Amino acid sequence: MATDGKVAGKDTRATPGSFGAGEARRGLATEPPRPPPVRAPESELDAPLSSKRMIVNLGPSHPAMHGVTRAVVELDGEMIVEMKLDIGFLHRGFEKSCENVTWTQVFPYTDRLNYVSSIMNNVGFALAVEKLCRLDVPERAKYLRVATSEIHRICDHLTLIAAMGMELGAMTVFLYCIEARDHLWDRLAELCGARLTSNYARIGGVARDAPDGWVEKTVRSLERTRELLDEVDGLLTRNRIFMDRTIGTGPVTREDAIDLGFTGPCLRASGVPYDIRKAAPYLVYDRLDFDVPVGSNGDNFDRYLMRVEECRQSMRILEQCWKQMEPGEIVVADFKYALPPKPLVYGTIEGVMAHFKLIMEGIKVPAGEAYSYTEAANGELGFYVVSDGGGRPYKLGLRAPGWPMLAALPHMTKGYLLSDLVPTFDSINMIGGEVEQ
Amino acid sequence: MASEIDVIPALTTRRDEAQGWLEGIVSKGLGWARKYSLFQYPFVTACCGMEYMTVASARYDLDRFGAALPRFSPRQADLLMVVGTVNCKQAPILQRVYEQMAEPKWVIAFGVCASSGGFYDNYATVQGIDRIVPVDVYIPGCPPRPEQVLDGIILLQKKIQDQQHKLIAPSLPVIGQAPGRP
Amino acid sequence: MAKAVIDALVARFPDAVYDPYVGVGGDDCAFVQRDRIDEVARFLKTDPAMRFDLAPYITAVDYLGQDPRFEVVYNLLSLANNVRIRLRVKVPEADPVVKSVTPVWRGADWFERYCFDMYGLRFTGHPDLRRLFMYDEFVGHPLRKDYPLRGRQPLVPEREVHDLFRGPGPATRD
Repeated sequence: MATDGKVAGKDTRATPGSFGAGEARRGLATEPPRPPPVRAPESELDAPLSSKRMIVNLGPSHPAMHGVTRAVVELDGEMIVEMKLDIGFLHRGFEKSCENVTWTQVFPYTDRLNYVSSIMNNVGFALAVEKLCRLDVPERAKYLRVATSEIHRICDHLTLIAAMGMELGAMTVFLYCIEARDHLWDRLAELCGARLTSNYARIGGVARDAPDGWVEKTVRSLERTRELLDEVDGLLTRNRIFMDRTIGTGPVTREDAIDLGFTGPCLRASGVPYDIRKAAPYLVYDRLDFDVPVGSNGDNFDRYLMRVEECRQSMRILEQCWKQMEPGEIVVADFKYALPPKPLVYGTIEGVMAHFKLIMEGIKVPAGEAYSYTEAANGELGFYVVSDGGGRPYKLGLRAPGWPMLAALPHMTKGYLLSDLVPTFDSINMIGGEVEQ
Repeated sequence: MASEIDVIPALTTRRDEAQGWLEGIVSKGLGWARKYSLFQYPFVTACCGMEYMTVASARYDLDRFGAALPRFSPRQADLLMVVGTVNCKQAPILQRVYEQMAEPKWVIAFGVCASSGGFYDNYATVQGIDRIVPVDVYIPGCPPRPEQVLDGIILLQKKIQDQQHKLIAPSLPVIGQAPGRP
Repeated sequence: MAKAVIDALVARFPDAVYDPYVGVGGDDCAFVQRDRIDEVARFLKTDPAMRFDLAPYITAVDYLGQDPRFEVVYNLLSLANNVRIRLRVKVPEADPVVKSVTPVWRGADWFERYCFDMYGLRFTGHPDLRRLFMYDEFVGHPLRKDYPLRGRQPLVPEREVHDLFRGPGPATRD
């Protein structure tokens, strides 16, 4: 935040009527990020008493609903000197399970990776397999995939804002964001059948078409979501307490972010303007007009602002999708990959045979390997798929977007206070399902 | 006292009824108090946690049932809600949290992964938390709809009401006793 | 553009980089010798024309029945030039050792630990090579093809439950 908004000694950026509105900007928020101090006292008489370092275990059963991670921190007073992460408490054997089911049966497993934005996982996996099969999906399916992905991106960012607000004490923000998320989930339940784990994409298209009137209802739900998002923005973005706790904490420099493998909003908060939707457009993103927010400091406040702005840009994308979407097919017309329509299954021999083979043996994907990368809510979601020509995946590797950020958490919090760990852990959006597969 | 308290018997003799009349009143009163003031320990691991957040929020309000306040210390909680998948690495922690809770305590298996392992039948997942702790109510669903969760809470409240509560508990199980006791 | 990168790599390391090919969907890939991967990685990161500075996605594949059995796959991305390439390193089963690229990119740390945990591949030069997902008492490497899907190794003794799906029997019957 470069500009210093002081007018007549009052801080214009603080919430009116709050503590900060009537006084000059406090030093804490304008200081550059503190270097990890080994404080040298001015004189021996002022030196603090030497104390033992305390090792505290922030155990796997977290009060913050973020998934299970054990963080062992070594504290010098309140300052984190060393931090070690122990993960694996939610490892559910995603890759091994997927090697034992057919290609279409993998979709529910991919849902539960990043469970707040499931459709993006589905679409990522579908794109990887379609790359191997050399399939091109019909237009309406592409628009439906993009639209539902953006709705789930908004849900993911709302969940992050809710959790971040709640853990810093703003319970109201949590309730408002969950309300907004519920509106969107109701629309998605009408479309996909499930609120959370959508299982919507299929190899060759999407599972089902939008019901009548769904687009209009979703437009109204999005208006309500926009109202709630504006309300939450007003509550948090210029809130003195929120700003003090998140500006300057958990900073990551640009070089460090790239070296540690960050992608997505966390990388853009550190100043690198890389978004896969712009750099290597997939589906219909090259026909849509949207902006990509980029931050400057790479601290928690910037990561939070990325998400709020990306919600607004997603709503912009959705408006264009509704205008550009035409009625049409939702799945490729090739019965080697897509289930034939029921009249053909009940009426013709070819339909019955195609249906039987697809259900019993699975889609036969040509042998080879492919890596597909999409811009999930958290960063680059990569699926590395190896096929041996059969109906089951030979290997399904997942590049979880939250993984590098979680691995870099000790680097981000060393030298900062224990209470700075909380907003940092929130803003990297570690979702247990994807990080621990 | 998950599944360990005797339920009030359906058929009683007149002598039993005469002896147990005051105890019955006390038991009903304690049951009423305990069922409407559940302090939950949300042992949240995975996707069901998102539905747990929704159940605790404004639309499907858990506060109406008296079960709003999560207590993040096992000593202060009496309802252990195991939300989401428990895998083999997490199992000792779940067991330790369950043993640290004080009597009376109840366990809800929230979601199909906690009830039976879900569709993760592989090397990493415990096939249902009832292999580790005794469970009172199973709420299936992947994830269960919030209405289903509220139904499970109401079932648990009925169960609590029907259990036999005493003011001075007779012989409590000892914490630290070997697990797997029936 | 990625083809130019692969050509430059083959020209620069003719003995370490072999068999370049164009994969499905236009991905440019090449194979690398397992003891030279860190040199190749350092070149790719530091050379001003290459600039593959983002930590790559590293995973491993178990081709049971082939020799060499394992393969470590590096998917690299250059942010400045917007170029992606893939490097594959074959690792035999008898000596599952690869040079680590963690000194080059710090973000490769946990990816290599994952390959060690799941497949048993050791990375020389890695600062802290230990299990990532599985607990220390776990024996074996789960994602290998010869490890059973249901090979559970419980940490706590399990209670006896009335299981309709699996039928009666001891708790460790699966």
